[in-house]
Amino acid sequence: METEILSRIQFAANISFHILFPTISIALVWFLSYFKIRHDISGHPVWMRIYRFWVKIFALTFAVGVVSGITMSFQFGTNWPGFMETVGNIAGPLLGYEVLTAFFLEASFLGVMLFGIGRVANWVHTASTLLVAFGTSMSAFWILSLNSWMHTPQGYEMIDGVAHAVDWWAIIFNPSLPYRLTHMLLASGLTAAFLISGISAYRILRGDNKLGPRIALKTGVTVAAVLIPIQIFVGDMHGLNTLEYQPQKIAAVEAVWHTEQGAPLVLFAWPDEKTQENLYSIEIPKLASLILTHDLNGEIKGLNEFVGDHPPVKPLFFGFRIMVAIGTLMLLVSWVAAWFVWRRDFVPAWALKVLVAMTFSGWIATLAGWYVTEIGRQPWLVTGILKTSDAVTNVPASNVAMSLTMYLIVYAILLFFYLQTIFYMARKSVLVEEFDLEKLQSEERKEEQAAHGEEVKA
Amino acid sequence: MIESMMSDTGLPEIFLFLLGLTVFIYAALDGYDLGIGMLLPLDNLQQRHEYIDSIGPFWDANETWLVMAVGILLIAFPQAHSMVFQELYIPTAILLLGLIMRGVAFDFRAKAVTGHRRLWDRVFKYGSAMATLTQGYMLGRYVLGFEDGLIPQLFAGLSAICVAAAYGYIGCAWLVMKTEGDTQKRAAATGRRMGWLAAAGILAISLVNPFASSVIADRWFSFPEIILALPMPIMVGVLILAVDQYFKNVPTINDVGSWFPFVGVSTIFLLSFIGLAYSFFPYVIPGVMTAAESASADASLRFILVGVIIVLPIILLYTVYLHKVFWGKSTELKYY
Repeated sequence: METEILSRIQFAANISFHILFPTISIALVWFLSYFKIRHDISGHPVWMRIYRFWVKIFALTFAVGVVSGITMSFQFGTNWPGFMETVGNIAGPLLGYEVLTAFFLEASFLGVMLFGIGRVANWVHTASTLLVAFGTSMSAFWILSLNSWMHTPQGYEMIDGVAHAVDWWAIIFNPSLPYRLTHMLLASGLTAAFLISGISAYRILRGDNKLGPRIALKTGVTVAAVLIPIQIFVGDMHGLNTLEYQPQKIAAVEAVWHTEQGAPLVLFAWPDEKTQENLYSIEIPKLASLILTHDLNGEIKGLNEFVGDHPPVKPLFFGFRIMVAIGTLMLLVSWVAAWFVWRRDFVPAWALKVLVAMTFSGWIATLAGWYVTEIGRQPWLVTGILKTSDAVTNVPASNVAMSLTMYLIVYAILLFFYLQTIFYMARKSVLVEEFDLEKLQSEERKEEQAAHGEEVKA
Repeated sequence: MIESMMSDTGLPEIFLFLLGLTVFIYAALDGYDLGIGMLLPLDNLQQRHEYIDSIGPFWDANETWLVMAVGILLIAFPQAHSMVFQELYIPTAILLLGLIMRGVAFDFRAKAVTGHRRLWDRVFKYGSAMATLTQGYMLGRYVLGFEDGLIPQLFAGLSAICVAAAYGYIGCAWLVMKTEGDTQKRAAATGRRMGWLAAAGILAISLVNPFASSVIADRWFSFPEIILALPMPIMVGVLILAVDQYFKNVPTINDVGSWFPFVGVSTIFLLSFIGLAYSFFPYVIPGVMTAAESASADASLRFILVGVIIVLPIILLYTVYLHKVFWGKSTELKYY
């Protein structure tokens, strides 16, 4: 038991720390592609300025993501041997395709993207950026396919307690994949958009009058304002999909203890597992039924129908509300900021400060959402196939405690330096002088010619 | 006897071959950048920059081969994967700590507050050393099938030193190819010492191995295989001498053949790997588990094999492209 809970905490710590970085980099590299293409089309050096600033942050984020991701690939063996022994026939190939189609692509072309200018033709550099973007998104596709399969498994048969693949198409495109994938990619887009907006706002507040941060701010705010309503809609669809396949998760999220018709939406409460009721609750009558069933008197299954087989209520109930609260805040902030950017061409200091405060809001919402969906699958590791408690290692608890302590210390230190470095880079860039447009353009032409000449020689 | 331990379809053996190939590519590629990290000169800032610039565009892709190797073990031989990483629980955690430290240090040193650069350089160096030594230790434990006791632990310790020397050796060979002037000379001098240390290590392991492992003793001293296998240690010996001669003559006129040490040491790595593979085939964990015993279902192996056949050549192709783009002496790394 102790090994189990420690292993769960360790896995949660590892994956929580890891996911922070891909959440940024999956979308940030698409932003970089956009900056680069805008530069290639217009030839305006400001786009390259923005690219250069953000590619450094991307490199840092990517590196922390890679090293924390390597940790993940060992966790299955060290802490959850039962997982691969039971569903390895299905999880293995999905992970394998992630390595094959994504990891090498991103890691190799990252080299060209970071250090290739001057060594390769400009279009090769742009193509490399796009290949890295494609690679990171492929990586998201495969890992979310596996994760979704763990929630809504299909296309397999059990032989002697081991899952065997029957239909790969059904496995990869399992019922919750489209929603989960879209939801996560949009979450990544929003996280990166708020990061770009926040850091650019920080630079402007620090007295950076250059064109770069203003354009980056505009890009970030606009993307955020466009993505957030789509995200709210997709999140709702994801919820409906969950209601169909994992009703016990929704019952816990909404703290519905007993099956009822016309269930109220609980805005806030203190769910009490012992007495099976909500204390201090603030409710809107019938709204939960309306949202989930599109019928005022629709029936919502309560936790009483899943005794002994439903997740803990509190983390889901609060996790979900944190996510929704931040989503609402994102909607409000990004629309107000977009109005200033587009209508006034000026963002007042108070709005910039709010954007700075929201810099890492995407992280909190993403983590909260993942906690809801992953804790919501408990007590199962793979729904209906494998219980978490049956997959855990035999390694002594003291060993797990030791490795867990080590990871926590390292992660705390890394997070501190990561944040410190990003803000340090932003402050340093304030001091960089604005470019002289004509001089820079002629220099760039020379640079390009040099690169081109080298290519001809080679 | 070997035939009876193999599968009917041959699929597990194909994946065992792929596993070996991947581990070899990993050891050669991440070997040089771990080795360079480990040998990072703390007394000379300029040389430190040159050491790190030479691996800048590559280390990330190099490390991906480790994920690939662990991935193949996980996908094709899940039971072996579980056994390896439960047996090596604490070493794995230490290895990962080392890899995390060096990976982030590489990026932090270039961007962080200037005063912290020395700190990150140290983190990079000691992280690399930690990862290297643990890999060697894990290899030693693995070779003896995770036996407990004093002798296997000592053997693992020997293996740790040997792997560290080998990574340092290939790291220096890389530096000779990628740098010039004093840095190149320094690398060549260090390379010679590392080479002899690695050679002594290989010799020691070769002598100890048959006593420590009955599997190996059977395999090595059976006739007529011993005649067929004999040219391999001879080739390794010749290559060690040839690389040593080249190192001695660095810098050569016009830097001619500066690629030779790297190719030479890579070939030594390859021959050593073939030696190990020959000793253990078709075991995936020596003396404990064969490939056929621990393999995943054929349907899963076949599904992933399709991907491997299509994608692996492409990966190799753009790995070669990456090295071609950054061919020649490394230049100062600038983020553009």
